[in-house]
Amino acid sequence: MANVLRFRRGFRFQWEPAQQCHVLLYPEGMVKLNESAGAILQEVDGERSVAELVAVLEQKFPEAGALANDVCEFLEHACNQHWLEVS
Amino acid sequence: MTISSAASTDKAGHSVGPPLWLLAELTYRCPLQCPYCSNPLDFAQTEKELTTDEWVQVLRQGREMGAAQLGFSGGEPLVRPDLEELIAEARSLGYYTNLITSGLGLTEAKVNAFAAAGLDHIQVSFQASDPELNNAIAGSRKAFEQKLKMARAVKEAGYPMVLNFVVHRHNIHQMKDIMSLCERLDADFVELATCQYYGWALENREGLMPSKAQLERAEAEVNEFRAQLEASGSHMKLIFVTPDYYEERPKACMNGWGSLFLTVAPDGTALPCHSARLLPIEFPNVRDTHLKSVWYDSPGFNHYRGDAWMPEPCRSCDEKDKDFGGCRCQAYLLTGNADNADPVCSKSSYHDRILAARKAADHATVGIADLTYRNAENSRLFFKS
Repeated sequence: MANVLRFRRGFRFQWEPAQQCHVLLYPEGMVKLNESAGAILQEVDGERSVAELVAVLEQKFPEAGALANDVCEFLEHACNQHWLEVS
Repeated sequence: MTISSAASTDKAGHSVGPPLWLLAELTYRCPLQCPYCSNPLDFAQTEKELTTDEWVQVLRQGREMGAAQLGFSGGEPLVRPDLEELIAEARSLGYYTNLITSGLGLTEAKVNAFAAAGLDHIQVSFQASDPELNNAIAGSRKAFEQKLKMARAVKEAGYPMVLNFVVHRHNIHQMKDIMSLCERLDADFVELATCQYYGWALENREGLMPSKAQLERAEAEVNEFRAQLEASGSHMKLIFVTPDYYEERPKACMNGWGSLFLTVAPDGTALPCHSARLLPIEFPNVRDTHLKSVWYDSPGFNHYRGDAWMPEPCRSCDEKDKDFGGCRCQAYLLTGNADNADPVCSKSSYHDRILAARKAADHATVGIADLTYRNAENSRLFFKS
């Protein structure tokens, strides 16, 4: 939870109007992200800790309740895929 | 390229989505002569290349339609003096920009200038893991040393490093050395791609296609190396593309005709894949047709969309939504009719041609010096003016 994550070099997160979704672009590849994945990755800035990201997201989506488990699970997946790294 | 979805995957349906991948083949000019080049055999008769302004128009139109990945390839794209300008334009439009290069003509100054212009990634291709074989296949004496130097420069400049090796019967025994070299260079992605037999590679198929035994050994070596990488937590990702000639079902070529990929050839011809100009189909040119009309309206791009065009055995096949009948170019080259099932499929009545190629690969004696190298002189033998 204290870790600060950033996008691995060569991975770019952006909104694609034509697809109406966030995507993650990397060498010759693209992952289309669903809404929650997009909302989480949008907060990854290489400065805030995971705990801070969770707090920001809980504030943004109060109706969703406690988010720590879901967010951590997704971020772990993103790290295992080497989309993100600890900065 | 891979496109996966963290959300829901689009069904292979009949509504035409945008071309997410734009391949800009800037030129057919190249200092190398690889005998498996994907350029057309008669590339030397290609007319005038698109101008900088024409390319800029193509990039803008593609991005407006939703293209997100952009490849600059060729030939050797570095021979275009406007490459840096095109990179800057593409990046400002929001593309993820990939430069696919032999590394010849690249300098550290260019590597850095391209980064400043916004280039996201440089893929350097190698022909082998040692200079002698590499240079023999590339048809260039200094290629290997230059490639190594540029691979290091790419890494130093902070790009993700993608190395590409085209694999065939004369270098497949080097698989372990190739992977070790990639690890030493600290590559992020490694593509070990066996030749696909179109154009020059089809011309040289007997001298390039690995035997089944060679292939099985290489696969085992790749799997072992991959397991080691995983155990050590390495970020290096190995992709091994095996030849479809050893499959019983065809590949879902280009993820379906006119479904994701749009290639623009050096002279402005728009194609559903970089091989498609060999088909007896008329394709539009971006010089006189807006990319939107090319993609959605042109008869060429609509020719093999959906499945109404399929003859048997594809028509009644329950796998037709999975592989789309395979590759149209391969069907055309091996059966003479691009409508036919890709003969890789064991249901194809032409599958014996694949079996014959496998058999030939067990006994082939064609040496490296016997291959037909891709150069203008040889290209002119493939057309008569």
